Amino acid sequence: MAPSDDDSDPKPLLPKLSRRAFFTGAGASALTATLVQTAAQAATQAGPAVLGPEPSTLQLDLNGRTVIVQADPGTTLAELLRNQLGMTGTKVGCDRGACSACTVWLDSEVAASCMTLAFDARGRKVTTIEGLARGDELHPVQRAFVENDALQCGFCTPGMVMSCAALVERNPKCTLDDVKQAVSGHLCRCGTYPNVFKATLAAAQASGKGKGKS
Amino acid sequence: MQDVKDTTGTQGTAKPSDGQKAQAAGPQKPPPPNPGPSREQAMQYGIVGAGMKEVTRRVPLDEPPPLPENAKLKSIGKPVSRLDGVEKVTGRARYTFDVQLPGMLWGQRVLSPLPHARIKSIDTSAAERYPGVRAVHIVERLLATAKLRDPKAEQGRYPTVRYAGQPVAAVAADSPRAAEAAARLIKVEYEPLPHVTTIAEAMKENAPRVFPGPTEQPATAGGGGAPPGLPQKGNVRGPDTKPRGMGPRGDVEKGFRESEVVVEAEYRTQVQTHVPMEPHGLVADWKDDMLTLYASTQWVASVRDEAAELFELPKNKVRVISDFTGGGFGAKYGIGNYGLLAIHLSRKARAPVRMVLDRREEHVSGGNRPNSIQRLKVGAKRDGSLVAIQLQAYGSGGVAGGAGVGFCHSTLYECPNVHVEQYDVFTNAGPCAAFRAPGQVQGIFALEQTIDELAERIGMDALALRAKIDVSGTDDALARAQERKLGADKVGWSKRRPAGSDKGPIKRGLGVAQSQWVYLVHRNTSCEVRVSGDGSVEAFSATQDIGTGTRTILAQVVAEEFGLRPEDIGAYVGDSRYPQGPASGGSRVTSSLTPAARNAAHRCARELAARIAPLFEASADDIVFADGKVSVKGKASSAMPFRDAVKKSGVRELSHRADRRDDYEGYAMSTPDMSISRHGIGGVQFAEVEVDTETGIVKVERVVAVHDCGRPINPKLTESQIFGGVIQGVSYALYEERHLDPGSGHQLNANVDQYKIVGSREVPKIEVILLEQLGAQSSTDARGVAEPANVATAAAVANAFYNATGKRIRTLPMTPANVLAALRTT
Ligand code: FES
Ligand code: FES
Repeated sequence: MAPSDDDSDPKPLLPKLSRRAFFTGAGASALTATLVQTAAQAATQAGPAVLGPEPSTLQLDLNGRTVIVQADPGTTLAELLRNQLGMTGTKVGCDRGACSACTVWLDSEVAASCMTLAFDARGRKVTTIEGLARGDELHPVQRAFVENDALQCGFCTPGMVMSCAALVERNPKCTLDDVKQAVSGHLCRCGTYPNVFKATLAAAQASGKGKGKS
Repeated sequence: MQDVKDTTGTQGTAKPSDGQKAQAAGPQKPPPPNPGPSREQAMQYGIVGAGMKEVTRRVPLDEPPPLPENAKLKSIGKPVSRLDGVEKVTGRARYTFDVQLPGMLWGQRVLSPLPHARIKSIDTSAAERYPGVRAVHIVERLLATAKLRDPKAEQGRYPTVRYAGQPVAAVAADSPRAAEAAARLIKVEYEPLPHVTTIAEAMKENAPRVFPGPTEQPATAGGGGAPPGLPQKGNVRGPDTKPRGMGPRGDVEKGFRESEVVVEAEYRTQVQTHVPMEPHGLVADWKDDMLTLYASTQWVASVRDEAAELFELPKNKVRVISDFTGGGFGAKYGIGNYGLLAIHLSRKARAPVRMVLDRREEHVSGGNRPNSIQRLKVGAKRDGSLVAIQLQAYGSGGVAGGAGVGFCHSTLYECPNVHVEQYDVFTNAGPCAAFRAPGQVQGIFALEQTIDELAERIGMDALALRAKIDVSGTDDALARAQERKLGADKVGWSKRRPAGSDKGPIKRGLGVAQSQWVYLVHRNTSCEVRVSGDGSVEAFSATQDIGTGTRTILAQVVAEEFGLRPEDIGAYVGDSRYPQGPASGGSRVTSSLTPAARNAAHRCARELAARIAPLFEASADDIVFADGKVSVKGKASSAMPFRDAVKKSGVRELSHRADRRDDYEGYAMSTPDMSISRHGIGGVQFAEVEVDTETGIVKVERVVAVHDCGRPINPKLTESQIFGGVIQGVSYALYEERHLDPGSGHQLNANVDQYKIVGSREVPKIEVILLEQLGAQSSTDARGVAEPANVATAAAVANAFYNATGKRIRTLPMTPANVLAALRTT
């Protein structure tokens, strides 16, 4: 998965406020000082209100529930989930879009939550590892991960599961190459890859059959 | 692996060579094992399916009867799914990284931007005034570094900075942002000193001195460290001629004179960083007079003991909790500088403090595998028998010692004359730490290529030569003999082509290398097993799970004794309040914990049988626990569900705590924390590679990994660890390398986008073959596998590279630049 930094892909209804634009707008570093004015002007002219630096109200659709929080606009989705909402299932391995440990779903697409501003998740359905199972019933990919030992220390696992589950949902006929592609941005230092491949293909097969019958 | 006199006289096959006899005089032999009442016990010995024999061992009187082979067991040896798997796939598993306590503060470190400097002053006043800041602390003593033998050789209020990224101070604030902002306000005045970051420069006579005098570097439980009292000249400390107490022997000069073939070359390996996905971290909660620490650690006791010592607390006032550790690979022991700071800040702020390294610091200061420059010379007769092995090795672990290249030179092959010299070279770089078979990975890379080269020189098959010289008769040697055969069949060794057979630019090859690691046992390992009146069973040990599956194997072993399923057992680790348990390092958890667990479970089960017997009007000896039921031997109709039987028996609670007994044959040597067997752990790996000779890109396509770990307790989890070892080995062989900027001393690739690690696209096809080998040494006969699985990979890949191209690659990693350079050699 190429962790998505939504800068280049505006969603309808979404105010364009990426992490980068925010920091630029806020003049967070001396290097960007010359850009401040242009960016600020652009922001005022282009429409969406400039938020921050003080906290603003944020409403999110999170694992099927509506969540309303006060967050400072520089907060990443990963920070919001973990530090403000106490949902620590989503891990942070690098905080720069390079390991995919922090993968969540925005609608049905995978995204690196460390590279997504919490405010950019407005208007989208956010699904985290905590919201993947239906009650006690694990997602087929979760079950297959346990059965095929696709986890060792387990720190990379929530992110891996999110990407593999998204793949299986999208393409139950996925091939080994598809799985490799889906997790190509994920880092697992313990070396679970062979079992991640096996588990995901097993889950895909099982869910493909299930769907075929119904 | 080592020749120490066999105490029970069962090793009929062991024919120690002269050289090995001489070696026995080296290490101090510990006292005979297991004092106290004992019995003679007949036991099965050998590789299951490849000829077992009966041996007699003297075992402690209350030791449970020996287990049969795995096929005859119900829980042990079965591919049970990880019991904590569901917690891990649902995000419920709580790592130290995830610990959030009421009122918890966020810690942020201030790091030195200079690689070598004296600190003249530190002004924390602005940081203290920053909104949200609750405490500030300045580093007064530094952990994880070599120490001056004479502390007075250096004066000054603050520890000298010796690497860029060394912690200087820290703040605790009520949000991460406040902590970061405040940390930036701490003003440090440095007096820069000349620095040196490359090993070659540091070895020069006039190089800047990293330390002003000789140093010492104690080992951690994961290995590493350097032997005490070695001479030091400038930045070069050594030689160590007896790594891990093994070697030297004979007279190498004489050996080379008698040699008919001499193979000699220089090998270089790089610095590799550990990169656990969960970085080092600790949450300190100092409340009243009790200190609770949540630690991402490989050994809870190492955290408790270090905290107790440094803060002068009795051990019963320090509790360490480690529910889940997100990988460690050797680097996570003790409290670390971050933990030391967290504890100070928690004491000052009277609130819990979370201190977790970020990814950059993890690379820079979290530990690394030292680099090496190895000059290796091997002399042999035309028939392949080795006559002399000589090694001179230099390595740099930055500001820490322990950059040796292992002990394989004196232990893997029969050779009467061995001389090794291993030197530490200090540089202004972050400290090394034990890393998955520390030293041995580097050492085997050179040694196994040399053996291959020798085979070629004397026109002998590479496996045949190893069969001729790998003959110590110890368990690991016996295992490797079998592993060579199984692996050769599987990989198609007989079809291997001569080196450089492919005509086009893409060349394919097949190579092999052997693994050897110590079989060691953690002394003072205990386990408590408890049966409650409702029939529930629990097991406790203060070990931890860093990803290996400790809870699961613990439950499996206990379940076996009660005829229950592993999931019926509550298996608890990761709390220093439990009976003392082994460190997750040195591949020792399974070998140490499972016998203690079985002993405790066995005693509980026998006591339970005595309490239940009256219910069945039978004698305790006839009570059988099997398939979740209790019955009388030979009377299936008497069976009653386990829980019902316990309830009816009126037992309220019974528990036993048992220790890991010494290996029945005893040990070759012991330290306060561990004992090392004369036997090792083996392993043979075969690699198939593809080399693009135009671009210099190497791909590892397939690895056949044949391994032994005594009795595998859970083949599924064992296979996972072997995958992990192989993948890390491929990653080390092909990609990983820390780059320091010599000018600034900063690491240029301290992140995971530029520090390349094997990802899904580069994982080879890995086929694992696992032996079941019973050594008749403990009540489970289990051994470890995490490190053995990582030892041979890079060497196997290098030998395959030669087979593909006809050129030796003696420098790691096999990046295009290094590959193209190797291809240009004549
Ligand atoms: S990609 Fe988000 S934490 Fe690494
Ligand atoms: S399971 Fe440990 S990092 Fe993937």
